Amino acid sequence: MSAVLAIAGVELRIALRNLWVALAVGLMAVFAAVLTFAGSGPTGTLGVDLLAVAVASLTTLTVYLAPLIALLLAFDAIAGEAERGTLALLLTYPVSRLSLVAGKFVAHLGVLAFALAIGFGLAGVMAWAIGGAAGGISPASLLALVKLWWTSVLLGAAFLGFGYALSARARQPGVAAGLAIGLWLVLVVLYDLAMLGALIADNGGVFTRTVFPWMLVSNPADAFRIVNMPAGEAQALASGISGAAKAVSSSFALSALAAWSLGALALGWVAFRKVEP
Amino acid sequence: MSLQITHAIRRFGAVEAISDVSLSVAPGERVALLGHNGAGKTTLMKMILGLTHVDGGSISVFGAAPGTSAARAACSYLPENVAFHRALTGREQLRLLARLRGAGRKQADDLLERVDLSDAADRRIGTYSKGMRQRLGLAQALLGQPRLAVLDEPTSGLDPISRGEFYNLVNELADGGTAVLLSSHALTELEARTDRIAILLKGKLVANAPLAELRSQARLPIRLRVAARPENTEEVAGRLGGIRVNGQSVEISCLQGEKLGHLGRIAALETMIEDVEITPPSLEDLYRHYSGRNPT
Ligand SMILES: Nc1ncnc2c1ncn2[C@@H]1O[C@H](COP(=O)(O)OP(=O)(O)OP(=O)(O)O)[C@@H](O)[C@H]1O
Ligand SMILES: [Mg+2]
Repeated sequence: MSAVLAIAGVELRIALRNLWVALAVGLMAVFAAVLTFAGSGPTGTLGVDLLAVAVASLTTLTVYLAPLIALLLAFDAIAGEAERGTLALLLTYPVSRLSLVAGKFVAHLGVLAFALAIGFGLAGVMAWAIGGAAGGISPASLLALVKLWWTSVLLGAAFLGFGYALSARARQPGVAAGLAIGLWLVLVVLYDLAMLGALIADNGGVFTRTVFPWMLVSNPADAFRIVNMPAGEAQALASGISGAAKAVSSSFALSALAAWSLGALALGWVAFRKVEP
Repeated sequence: MSLQITHAIRRFGAVEAISDVSLSVAPGERVALLGHNGAGKTTLMKMILGLTHVDGGSISVFGAAPGTSAARAACSYLPENVAFHRALTGREQLRLLARLRGAGRKQADDLLERVDLSDAADRRIGTYSKGMRQRLGLAQALLGQPRLAVLDEPTSGLDPISRGEFYNLVNELADGGTAVLLSSHALTELEARTDRIAILLKGKLVANAPLAELRSQARLPIRLRVAARPENTEEVAGRLGGIRVNGQSVEISCLQGEKLGHLGRIAALETMIEDVEITPPSLEDLYRHYSGRNPT
């Protein structure tokens, strides 16, 4: 345990000095502020809960940013140590591999959770400041914001796990970075585009009814999207797949997301165990 | 025995990087592992540390298998070309490693001083020179009183003074009962500083003995160089039957057993000569001898 904390402390320091923390917090804060402010235009006058609108757009934003930040933090974790020769060194110390990767994970998850908290907190404060006079913010939308935060952390954990697996397999930071970008593009961008294309081509046929719900939970990013879909269908979501996503219940999607986080971390762990420095 | 390697084998595809190597190191013993580039020194060290698997034979580190927690607690390692994280300071890096090893902060700070890094300790490692990084690597290999130190080219990148200081550290370790296995390409510096020399040639152990024993086994010639007085050079050369070099000197090559006889004859010419110099085969000569021989 002491080893995990020692490693986490040093990793945190490295993340601070490499400006990863500044980058993550900056990205989240700027985008959250812009989205909340943009949402205040049309809704402020109508008296709709500004925060509920903000949560919807923040969900779409987080689907892109949380995996990106997680992969940025994780890609160098094992490949970088391997390249510097410190991996061989650390593995001769009386510390288990599990402690090594757990220490890094604690630090990276902390950075991610902190950046997300700053971004979402800023959105909450802004919605309260702008919308306080008009509709105010309802407890329900506040709860939705909190849920958005901890499910984002879960989503981030899944991509940290993927990142560690890539980093262990690649063994060179450059290769690992390339693989990470590829994975992000596939899981976060191309997967949805492909699904959307298939939905349109299928036009409510067999694919839409049988394959599509499974495809939604087969990707942590989509599971995350469903978990944070508003319960009432009043709000229109930015994502084009939201309509058809009713096929999957929110609690099932949440289990899928949690399973992805655990599964991806296990994947990272298995890949790391196989590494011979 | 601290370290016992018995008939160890390691293959990379069809290539046997380590073939049938048996080697042991006793507590307090300093063993130098020599060999050409690609001979298998690093591979053998990684096998000892459990960083790579063993395809045949066995390795025992204080009775435990390599890589087990008992073995890891007893061993320290200096990898070749180690570079630490650029963003950390030397002190932060060494304190982290000290904590992982179960050694105190104080030992980390003391060791920084021992390897002459106290001035640079609070600077980022990214600003260190190669030799400074190497010394940081050495410092971590001394953390927590290891019982077996495995050092892969520990003096590469060190200046002559630092090399001397490094061997002082090695002697201290050995005096404290630590078994030391180190590899090196700098042969001259090893002469007086190791108890035994092991030479790897294409993965096979071709020599493994104290330096003096290697010398007598190799039966390499000893060179005697006699500096004659200018007016006697002709006569000295004629009587001793050596080769004339530089006009004024006579050189004789002989085996260890013939040395004293030659010296007796030289001493009899006392009035005609100025000086006599005896050069035993250098470690480099020995190394050439052992690694030039076809092992099959
Ligand atoms: N991971 C690997 N995959 C394939 N071959 C390897 C691997 N590691 C080492 N080898 C091969 O094993 C042999 C021994 O390599 P090793 O690194 O042990 O040499 P060395 O004696 O340390 O050389 P040097 O003096 O250059 O450091 C070489 O032929 C090398 O190509
Ligand atoms: Mg080597």
